[in-house]
Amino acid sequence: MSILNVEQAINQALQEEMHRDSRVMVMGEGVAKSRAALLASFGPQRVRNTPLAEAVISGTAVGAAATGLRPVVDLLFAPFLTYAMDALVNSAGKLRYLSGGQHEFPLVTLSMTGAGWCVGAQHNHNLEAMFVHAPGLKVVMPSTPADFKGLIKTAIRDNNPVLVFTDLSLLHASGEVPDETEFLVPLGKAAVSREGTDVTLVSYAKTVNICLESAKQLEEFGISAEVIDLRSLKPLDEETVLRSVRKTGRLVIVQEASGLCGMAAEIAALAVTRAFEALRAPVVRLTGPDAPAAASWVLEQATVPTAGKIVQAVREMLPHAAPVVRQQIVQPA
Amino acid sequence: MLIRAYEERLALMQQNNGVPGTCTSVGQEACAVGVLGALDSRDRIITNHRSAAHLLARGADPGRLMAEVLGRVDGYCGGHSGSLHVSARELGVVLTSTIVGGGLSLAPGVALAQKMGQGEEGGVVVVFFGDGAACEGILHESLNLAVQWQLPLLFVCENNQWQAYVHRLETMADDAIYRWACGHGLDTQRIDGNDSDLVLEAARQAVGAIRADGRPRFLELLTYRQRGHLEPDDLAYVDQVERQRWLKRDPIALMQARLKAEGLLQDKELRTIEEQIHRQTDTAQAFAEASPWPDPQKLLQHVYAG
Repeated sequence: MSILNVEQAINQALQEEMHRDSRVMVMGEGVAKSRAALLASFGPQRVRNTPLAEAVISGTAVGAAATGLRPVVDLLFAPFLTYAMDALVNSAGKLRYLSGGQHEFPLVTLSMTGAGWCVGAQHNHNLEAMFVHAPGLKVVMPSTPADFKGLIKTAIRDNNPVLVFTDLSLLHASGEVPDETEFLVPLGKAAVSREGTDVTLVSYAKTVNICLESAKQLEEFGISAEVIDLRSLKPLDEETVLRSVRKTGRLVIVQEASGLCGMAAEIAALAVTRAFEALRAPVVRLTGPDAPAAASWVLEQATVPTAGKIVQAVREMLPHAAPVVRQQIVQPA
Repeated sequence: MLIRAYEERLALMQQNNGVPGTCTSVGQEACAVGVLGALDSRDRIITNHRSAAHLLARGADPGRLMAEVLGRVDGYCGGHSGSLHVSARELGVVLTSTIVGGGLSLAPGVALAQKMGQGEEGGVVVVFFGDGAACEGILHESLNLAVQWQLPLLFVCENNQWQAYVHRLETMADDAIYRWACGHGLDTQRIDGNDSDLVLEAARQAVGAIRADGRPRFLELLTYRQRGHLEPDDLAYVDQVERQRWLKRDPIALMQARLKAEGLLQDKELRTIEEQIHRQTDTAQAFAEASPWPDPQKLLQHVYAG
């Protein structure tokens, strides 16, 4: 076990998988500089700087994946993926199906998003649900350095296109990461980050940590919150969510992305359609607004669901929960 | 001649039997026959929605191709594709995209895999696209990357004058597409795409040069789409003067006239070939129409790889 930050965990995953399989290669804008250690280990054929041309970078990854390579393509910021939509959505997502299963597209895209760097909406836009909606694609958005390593390694070994989104505010977050080269986290498996009995908080990426903070604060009110980190958005681990909702009977879903047609809506629908009998309160969604992210720190942070809002929402679900009174024993003098 | 007969048969079926419409390559056959004649089994092809000529010239079975158009299980893609995105890996026809310009984004990757040892030794990748796709920005991204990374890729632009229902001169600031490619610093040629001998010769030169130095080349083939964008089509929007001029230069008629003039083809022999193709087309239609529909229970098969 080592202490690594997310950036180091991503690079370790790439290093290990490139070492393991000579078909794995990395390309993108400036990757040979930003990931210089990979260039030193594997040379310029397998670590390629590209032009600032996302459409052809992603198309090249798709074409190469269909004919024998396993490319990892670094597209930098999630909003740049809109330039890559044709290759990812129309080609990688559809041409296996339309060809009657003749092709496989083992490729991974990396991109960053999320509030925290004050970069504004053209570098910070949580687009994950847009790709969840596209058939043929898988989507992951981890929250811990260990999950970044384990999920990226699994994504590289998967025979489908996998989009990995990295929240900018997590890049330098550190945590324990297993050193084993066979440490893999399966796609489609959520993590129960904290066990609880009164309410289920479902989230992914940076807001998982906010849910964990909220769970701690809720303890003060005698409320036991379970926190589920989805990790994979597609495939989605429906069973872990449903098991928890059936146990607690209350569900709050938290995401930084805007709410309309997002993951939170999907999770809410899942609970209502498959665990309705277990629900003891209306499902609550706490999401970002339907607005582009501003650059100003104050405005940017105002789009992120806070622990305060989560605690308030849960307390409204459990109006009889009262602050836990800690008995003070006054010792006689 | 087989390509023409196949596509005309389909057009007839579309008028009579409610068969799904196709984007035919009628009038452009010499481009396909010439370029594919210069390739061998090592080479890989990326095509587009107007692909019947490329597939048949590559040796596709007309029955399986027609079954695909009809959405039947014996089609090359099990009926999933229909006419618009037929790929056939067994023939080296990989990654057909009907998004105009889609193939141009994928081609450098196929060529990169080839360069990095994933294809057969010496193989070349060919991407077919039209003047419509040439107006997409991806052409320039693709050319730039192919030149910069020295990819074994032959760009073949079939300039058929029509971009769906709009004449290219309405949309292009320059009359010549090859000049756009020249700007990226690769060897280009513009030739008569209705003369299969000229196309074959130019393609052989280009493919030979790519095999020798691993760098991309570009061919602009001037041709004409004789039928509509999508069958059936009344061609009401077409300039008849221009069309008549091109019909006089029909690629099949041109080739037959030359072969006859050189004494290489007799009328009797031509009739025999025509009868043979007619029978082949009958067989294809019978095979396609007899092929079962796909099972709706298997709707979700092939969305994800295992």
